[in-house]
Amino acid sequence: MRERTSSLWPYLLIAPAVAGGAFLLLYPLLKAAVISFQHFRMGELIRGGATLAGLDNYAELLAGDEFWTVLGRTAAWTAINVVLIVTLSTGVALMLVRLGRVLRLALMSALALAWATPIIAATTVFQWLFQSELGVVNWLLVTLGFDSFRGYTWFADGTATFAVLVVLVVWQSVPFAALTLYAGLTTIPAELYESARIDGGTGPQIFLKVTLPMLRQLFALVASLEVIWVAKCFPQIWVLSQGGPDGATTTLPVYAFKVARVLHRYDLGSAVAMLTVVILAVALVSNLRRMVRQ
Amino acid sequence: MRRLLLNAAALAVLVTTIFPVYWMFLTAFKPTRDIQAATPTFWPEHPTLEHFVTAVNAPGFWTYWRNSLVVTVAAVLVALVVAILAAFAVARMRWRGRAGFVVAVFAAQMAPWEALLVPVFIIARDSGLLDSLAMLTGVYFMITLPFTIVTLRGFLAAIPLELEEAAQVDGCSRPAAFRRVVFPLLAPGLMATSLFGFITAWNEFAFVNVLIIKDQDKRTLPVWLSSFRDVFGTDWGATMAAASLFALPALLLFLFLQRRVGAGMTAGAVKG
Repeated sequence: MRERTSSLWPYLLIAPAVAGGAFLLLYPLLKAAVISFQHFRMGELIRGGATLAGLDNYAELLAGDEFWTVLGRTAAWTAINVVLIVTLSTGVALMLVRLGRVLRLALMSALALAWATPIIAATTVFQWLFQSELGVVNWLLVTLGFDSFRGYTWFADGTATFAVLVVLVVWQSVPFAALTLYAGLTTIPAELYESARIDGGTGPQIFLKVTLPMLRQLFALVASLEVIWVAKCFPQIWVLSQGGPDGATTTLPVYAFKVARVLHRYDLGSAVAMLTVVILAVALVSNLRRMVRQ
Repeated sequence: MRRLLLNAAALAVLVTTIFPVYWMFLTAFKPTRDIQAATPTFWPEHPTLEHFVTAVNAPGFWTYWRNSLVVTVAAVLVALVVAILAAFAVARMRWRGRAGFVVAVFAAQMAPWEALLVPVFIIARDSGLLDSLAMLTGVYFMITLPFTIVTLRGFLAAIPLELEEAAQVDGCSRPAAFRRVVFPLLAPGLMATSLFGFITAWNEFAFVNVLIIKDQDKRTLPVWLSSFRDVFGTDWGATMAAASLFALPALLLFLFLQRRVGAGMTAGAVKG
């Protein structure tokens, strides 16, 4: 199909992309890796002349309790969000296929609007929704009879803040996953469903035996993208809680940012970031391979 | 009965999905006494523009708005141009190193951007680009580039080579064939990718926090909005008005392009 060419053209065409990647991605990445092996704090940042520290930063991290707490919290954060996102968006996608034209278009437009709402705008709105005295969520809960939520301060309690962040991230993430899965569902030939129904398959059986195998790759893609996005999610947490109260919402990216920005431990921050990358890469390596092979 | 249940569930999802966006705009249009009422109202009974006036007149608003727009549009345009070239080389030509390049682009899509904050800060400082919109544009260009290449490559691969060849047989040069035949067919792909790029860059929060330090006039809207407590205190009407003004360009662009992009976006992304 493609013509074989020995000319310089393809290399000229990719040159700008390669140059951009080398300067703004590869070089900083190598530099971050180097910094994580150096003694690099406020002084070194200003004066330069960082000295090699070997594995000291990593040893310091792994020896402390905080890193492991944050790691466990990040795992829980990722698992809770991704399971909710994949389950809910599968439900919404299956719903979209079955809806009438008007309601389907309305729901798709609503999803698109939620998707397009900028992260910081949405985060600000959630602060307002969950505001203690005037927030509509507390009003709704009290109206429904949960009287203990009168004036409840969500952002004073670690678990409650964590829960609000989960709601926010799930609300922001479901649209992309649902619309992608819906697009995938529409590519499954109707005959497959018909014959499955003639064979007497029930709804759940058809989903497990027909839909799931047909869309295995798409599910894997959506799930791994969500794992990456959720695990690395930063602005929502930073703006809403700055990792607090009492560190209850400090995940790995927030921890890296805090260590670097607040404590001026750029070496330690880089080590956290590098470990995050390695952990994610290991967790996703099988999916990554499958996607590259396509 | 089943139908009814399905529609009821769909309506519930629709309301949940749209409510935060609706509540943002609604609060922005409510007079303060309605916002502070014990029982919330779900309809603008006394709509007012006072909060928008407060938001727009807040110090720096227009500067930040313009900065955001300039940086975002510039980053998306540069990424589109660079990505079209690369996508064309990948989708239409065979060359040594092609597979390696594709793998690199895929890997770059998962780039650990948060890990690069410190080194990018150092690079910017050492090249005198701290507090400059150019550096921000460069970073946002790079953040959106891998996705843009992958998606455009998917769209390009879906356009039959025969169309191009036919145009060349009819006497078009190769660039002319590309411009007249392929480019128009690529339009939905270009819109899908620019939409995604726009939202990514418009949203970006971490790098602007690190790269813009001293020169407050170079800040962008996300930073300004995130510090709204300093700006507006607990004036929720003004805060929601500011959030609305920040969200509006992205929402309008999305609604405007959504129909034309539609399934194409996911198709392009999935085919990768």
